[in-house]
Amino acid sequence: MNDRRIIPIGPYHPLQEEPELFRLEVDGETVVDLDVEVGWNHRGIEKLCETKTYDQVPFVVERICGICSTSHPLAYVQAVEEAGDIEVPERALYIRTIIAELERIHSHLLWVGLAGHFLGYNTVWMWSWKYREPVLDICETVTGNRNHYAMMKVGGVRRDILPEHVDYILERIPELVKFTDLIKGAVLDDPVLHARLKGVGVMTTEDMHEYGGVGPTSRASGVPGDVRRDDPYAAYGLVDWDVITAPWGDVFAKAVVRVLEMYESIRIVKECLTKMPEGEIDSNPKTVPAGEGIGHHEAPRGEVFHYVRSDGTNRPIRHKIRAPTYMNLPTYKASVVGASITDATIILAAIDPCYCCTERMAVYKHKGDPREPIMTGEDLVRLSQEKTARLRKEFGL
Amino acid sequence: MSLKIKALTKSPWVYHLCAGGSCNNCDIEILDLLTPRFDVERFGAVLVGSIRHADALLVTGIVTKKTAPLVKKLWEQAPKPCLVFAIGGCACSQGLFKDCYTANPVPLDELIPVHAYVPGCPPKPETMIAGIVKALGSLVAK
Repeated sequence: MNDRRIIPIGPYHPLQEEPELFRLEVDGETVVDLDVEVGWNHRGIEKLCETKTYDQVPFVVERICGICSTSHPLAYVQAVEEAGDIEVPERALYIRTIIAELERIHSHLLWVGLAGHFLGYNTVWMWSWKYREPVLDICETVTGNRNHYAMMKVGGVRRDILPEHVDYILERIPELVKFTDLIKGAVLDDPVLHARLKGVGVMTTEDMHEYGGVGPTSRASGVPGDVRRDDPYAAYGLVDWDVITAPWGDVFAKAVVRVLEMYESIRIVKECLTKMPEGEIDSNPKTVPAGEGIGHHEAPRGEVFHYVRSDGTNRPIRHKIRAPTYMNLPTYKASVVGASITDATIILAAIDPCYCCTERMAVYKHKGDPREPIMTGEDLVRLSQEKTARLRKEFGL
Repeated sequence: MSLKIKALTKSPWVYHLCAGGSCNNCDIEILDLLTPRFDVERFGAVLVGSIRHADALLVTGIVTKKTAPLVKKLWEQAPKPCLVFAIGGCACSQGLFKDCYTANPVPLDELIPVHAYVPGCPPKPETMIAGIVKALGSLVAK
């Protein structure tokens, strides 16, 4: 008798903040296949952006994801600046970098915490979220909000970092370093975490090249891809920092990469604060001429990509977004399949999935029927029902 | 005051429901409530894994067409009385995503009864605590 079972996780599951549905096909304790269903969180942001003016869109794309709330606007404004050939003052570039790196620190702390929570190791969760608060304090002081910063603007930034804020941030940075040391100690030296994370969900370098993962997920498999270095933007080309990689490809490597990246982020913030030139923060562009442009940013989870086409009016006529989780989701096929069901949760969490980012429009095409190129909802339901019937038959139920 | 209301006000167990179109920020801030800086567990509020154990439902995000039936079903499964909190601008008034093609034509507060609105994008954890305390206060006053 076939022992395969399907274990659904979601769409509403206590482990997840967002609705998403994983179907794990298990044989005994081993995961043999998995299927991801997204779309619960699809809001139609690309379409919404086409109804807003260039200055309004940053507020919309900021709300794609609360944790990457600087990454999306940053990628978007760069796309518009490329389309319209708009100059950005140097001080604004530094401010963009500082905010983006502060976001990376709190996002990685958040991941370390959630990973601890998924492992049933709530001490790590409570710790890292406690130490995330000082970063949020800094963000609140500088930008006025804990999460949605609204700092990015086409042509510059909305708010300056005042001299007293510079002092305040520099004052709090030793505290951040101390906390990061603690987290590093917790991750690198803890025998429980070693036992749970090492050798789990291994993605080799070849696998990563094939699946095309981005961000810390790929860097943990020894692929040193980082847009900040490969195609410098903002002030990343002007300051000194290193790309962190780890060769092992398991969940432990992903944790190590993220923890060490926090040190790099702190280094970048510090250097930017000291190097930041005086001057204008906004070039105040009045119009965006016709054209098209792309912008990307290395978000905490990987490369965020925005494409904007302008026809000379005050709204983009096309806005396309690709979020990092979209590229990282397929890596599950290599990392989760073959793992035990008990490790599945942490492997699923290891890419730091962010579904609110990922939920772009998906078009399912009929195979080989040119008269009906696009499947309707009913088609999908029928397909799904057929699949269930087929599986039932296969399982002999 | 019935036993259930007494228990509810003393220690509200909450279930967190991301109604669909949320940017995840309110969800993160809700989790933030449980961590050491704010630590609502000292007031007896615990995040539970099943709606059937919950005294209060924290809803974030707009209701999308895909999740509307699920939200309705979850509310039907909740043991009553169950307080519903609309957390954040999206849950309160559909906010920014009002005109999206995926937004459910029936907003959250017409789909299920909402007892308290906590606006903000995202509301600060202090605001959420204040909202919960006020809603519980109104129950005691009844």
